[in-house]
Amino acid sequence: MKTFFLVLVSSMFVNNVIFARFLGICPYVGVSKQVSTSFGMGMAVTFVMTLATAMTYLLNYFLLVPLKIEFMQTVMFILVIASLVQIVELVMKKVSKPLYNALGIYLPLITTNCAILGVALLVIQLQYNFPLAIIFAFCSALGFTLAIVIFAGIRERLETADIPRPFRNVPISFITAAILAMAFMGFSGLVK
Amino acid sequence: MHPYQEFTKGIVKENPVLRLLLGFCPTLAVTTTAVNGLGMGAATTFVLLGSNIVISLLARYIPDKVRIPCYIVVIATFVTIVDLLIQAFSQELNKNLGIFIPLIVVNCIILGRAEAFANRNRLIPAILDGLGMGLGFTLALMVLASIRELLGNGTIFSIPILTGTLPPIIVFILPPGAFLTLGVMIAAVVYFEKKKGA
Repeated sequence: MKTFFLVLVSSMFVNNVIFARFLGICPYVGVSKQVSTSFGMGMAVTFVMTLATAMTYLLNYFLLVPLKIEFMQTVMFILVIASLVQIVELVMKKVSKPLYNALGIYLPLITTNCAILGVALLVIQLQYNFPLAIIFAFCSALGFTLAIVIFAGIRERLETADIPRPFRNVPISFITAAILAMAFMGFSGLVK
Repeated sequence: MHPYQEFTKGIVKENPVLRLLLGFCPTLAVTTTAVNGLGMGAATTFVLLGSNIVISLLARYIPDKVRIPCYIVVIATFVTIVDLLIQAFSQELNKNLGIFIPLIVVNCIILGRAEAFANRNRLIPAILDGLGMGLGFTLALMVLASIRELLGNGTIFSIPILTGTLPPIIVFILPPGAFLTLGVMIAAVVYFEKKKGA
């Protein structure tokens, strides 16, 4: 139980995917103009990341390791993630129209979101067991959602601020991110 | 376009990081020291060059509908090659770059060049484009990494420069320093661009 809790806190706050691991910066900068869209993106990432990690984890231990072809990890994982995103999109369109309308537009963007592949590779590297890997993926994605929603909230305010011209858009986003990352560093003593 | 320009455009005018705003994740993550920046830049350039060559040669035979998965497989193959090479020759670099070596696969610069350039150009321009973009990426990484290493540790390429004169500002080699330095760098590029245009 203690390990579960540690993984939860560590993956969500201490080693936040964006502020500590630098994964998924592109959607973080690209899809964070409004709180509502960034929340949608966060939910889509949570859904796909948990599913993708489960699949790549099983694939790794039931196919790649027995066949001793672990060097194929990169190729296999990215293919699984890319096809998974396609399937999720198709299924969602058929099964739940409202869910598709809410998350659908973010799905194609997720294939190239390095957080998905990054987390899938990390759980293998950290040698987690299966339940722990799922918790890690789910909480990392929640950490991503947290970061992107906080940032979108700040960015909505920035729209009306008088920013020096060269700093508008992307540069100010990074400087805001720097301050947020400093705030998140406050968590760093929590879990060793 | 003149072949020479295919090469130079990636370095300044269309620098992938500073102008096209692509590939932020490795840029921010590995630039704690100049050596890491150079290593990452070289690895990415190799993959970019390889995938540009293969994709420009194969583009005619790949059906349009499945082109993106095909490109990803080509890119992933080159990433695996680079990954194994780094593991074989430099354990230290392998440890420092860690998970970001396999993550070259989702570096949007590479897929971006495949989709926007390599698949509709002949071999020679594709090679020049790959080299130029790779060099531009490497340069951006090296500048960012040098600033961070200099301010955060007082050295560049582990050669002491500021040690003794200025106390190291540790935050620059920590995550916030990465965001801050890159933000200021992009702002500086925008500023000088405006000045040159006016």
